[in-house]
Amino acid sequence: MTAPLLEIQDLSVEYVTEARTVRAVDRVSFSIAEREVFGLAGESGCGKSTIANAILRLLRDPAVISGGSVRFAGTDVLALDAEALREFRWRKVAMVFQSAMNALNPVMTIGDQIVDIFTTHDGVSKKIALARAGDLLDLVGIPRDRLRSYPHQLSGGMRQRVVIAMATALRPPLLIMDEPTTALDVVVQQEIMAQIKDLQRELGFAILFITHDMSLMVELSDRMAVMYAGRFVETARSNEIFDTPEHPYTRALMNAFPPMSGPRTRLQGLGEGVRFRDIPDLEPITPTHWVAPSDDDSLITETIS
Amino acid sequence: MTARQTPVLSARGLEKTFTIGGAFSRKRVRALGGVDLDIAHGEVVALVGESGSGKSTLARCIARLEQPSAGTFLFEGEDIIATSKRRATREYRSAVQMIFQDPFGSLNPVHRIGHFLERPLRIHGAASGRAEMERAKQRLMAKVGLPDEMLDRYPHELSGGQRQRIAIARALAVNPRLILADEPTSMLDVSVRIGVLNLMRTLCEEQGISMLYITHDLASARYLADRIVVMFAGEFVEGGEAMELLANPAHPYTRLLISAVPDPKRVEPFDPVERARLRREVLHPTGCQWAGKTTEPCSAEKAVFHRLSEQPEHWARCGLYAPPSDAPGTALEQPAHDQENDAA
Repeated sequence: MTAPLLEIQDLSVEYVTEARTVRAVDRVSFSIAEREVFGLAGESGCGKSTIANAILRLLRDPAVISGGSVRFAGTDVLALDAEALREFRWRKVAMVFQSAMNALNPVMTIGDQIVDIFTTHDGVSKKIALARAGDLLDLVGIPRDRLRSYPHQLSGGMRQRVVIAMATALRPPLLIMDEPTTALDVVVQQEIMAQIKDLQRELGFAILFITHDMSLMVELSDRMAVMYAGRFVETARSNEIFDTPEHPYTRALMNAFPPMSGPRTRLQGLGEGVRFRDIPDLEPITPTHWVAPSDDDSLITETIS
Repeated sequence: MTARQTPVLSARGLEKTFTIGGAFSRKRVRALGGVDLDIAHGEVVALVGESGSGKSTLARCIARLEQPSAGTFLFEGEDIIATSKRRATREYRSAVQMIFQDPFGSLNPVHRIGHFLERPLRIHGAASGRAEMERAKQRLMAKVGLPDEMLDRYPHELSGGQRQRIAIARALAVNPRLILADEPTSMLDVSVRIGVLNLMRTLCEEQGISMLYITHDLASARYLADRIVVMFAGEFVEGGEAMELLANPAHPYTRLLISAVPDPKRVEPFDPVERARLRREVLHPTGCQWAGKTTEPCSAEKAVFHRLSEQPEHWARCGLYAPPSDAPGTALEQPAHDQENDAA
């Protein structure tokens, strides 16, 4: 593997308020190679989205990056000035958010919104921009005449396709996808995932894929990390995590999605109120599979009497 | 599975039509297009379909939160709509309980947890007197695996999973025979979902409660249910014993749903061309694969159900029949992407 595209070292993010300081991301390190799909799994509030926002420097008060480094293709992202940051966002790293309805401007047509990207970032004329916007819709299989539609005239799946197309508009080498299909129906979700795979094959970008759905993640990602309360508890190749999850929390997450094949067996989740505290640093069990040591499996207990 | 001579619930031709768009609008949507459903004692039936397919409307009609536009249903042999026309009797409301999707919205934030259990116990006369009430509340908490101390807490102090357990305890307070669970785990954190599913399964097994489990997640339906019924655009398209139905899905919509479930164990990814074909077959049927093979004649006008197997039970709607024009819209209708256009 060549030098990583994105390299994150000991990143910490804190939310500082007068009353107290909460560490949302705690000494997290990982890297993503070119064309690689890296998955970040964990439940709501574990810090997944905070990492995504930190990479793009989208964090606002009271969140502060309190330590660590983010390097993109050798450049220190945390040191970029305002002008360089503008250039970095969208052209180098683009983001797809969970809610397409909120990501699109409801009072502008799809076409105008896409044209804006090209005229602002590439400085091309409106005519050229419009032609490119049409090409972009072709890419995700939406008819060109939809350029004149407003977001509310599109279905949820189509809106998400538009948002994905817009993210790829400037051909960034890295896309961050924060729960891109969570708000969609199952059948549509599968089609959007297929679309993402096709685009990735065609355009060759790397993906940081964030979700809480382990089965979806294992299907898409090359490597993945499981996050809990701001810490990584396990990171490995996706098939390794799927076949031999080591950390009790990873196992609980895997069990949350019962299998669609094989005999029906009773699965065990994380007991109500079980909390992991003071998660130690990751240690390798194989060169590619790293796990935070955990006391024992007794943490996964059924609380049903 | 238990014998189905005396189903707890037996619905026939349940229909619900909503008028949409302002007070003078005549535009109608048939959210529920005449469905038949039997649920046996102690049986868990999963109702699966995309959002907007009418799953919740069916549950709300059974709970009598909505008045069905047509159809009847028997509960333990009694015709419920005929005996109490406008609203459900107190007796019925204690026998049929509902668990909602959002445990944050279903518990009033100004009351302590104890209040939510006390109210049904008192109203339905399941407990009287201070000591008896305390014992009843503690028994309920034990059943759902929560500590007694939590009775003095407020909803905001509890996690989503704990709140959903309280919602289950509240339903159990009145000794229900049928629980309607409407996507009870979809808003919970993933790590506690399976615990709530296990709890529901245990309660059904131990106390002989029947359950209608509504979900869009086929994997959890497979995990929990004895029987699965698949719903599309307000009507049933296929049903049968859970493992049989998933092993041999017959209707194109069921196969489309199954293909959409992420499954890392799947050997070959589902072919997009095949999926496009299934999607077209659902919306614009061209033929019926069982024509002439079963006793029921096919029909494009009326929803005919072909019985594919008696033991295990398995039936599917005739492949000739297409959803009528006043059926609710479906996510399938959006234009497909390029591969699908190529296939067309």
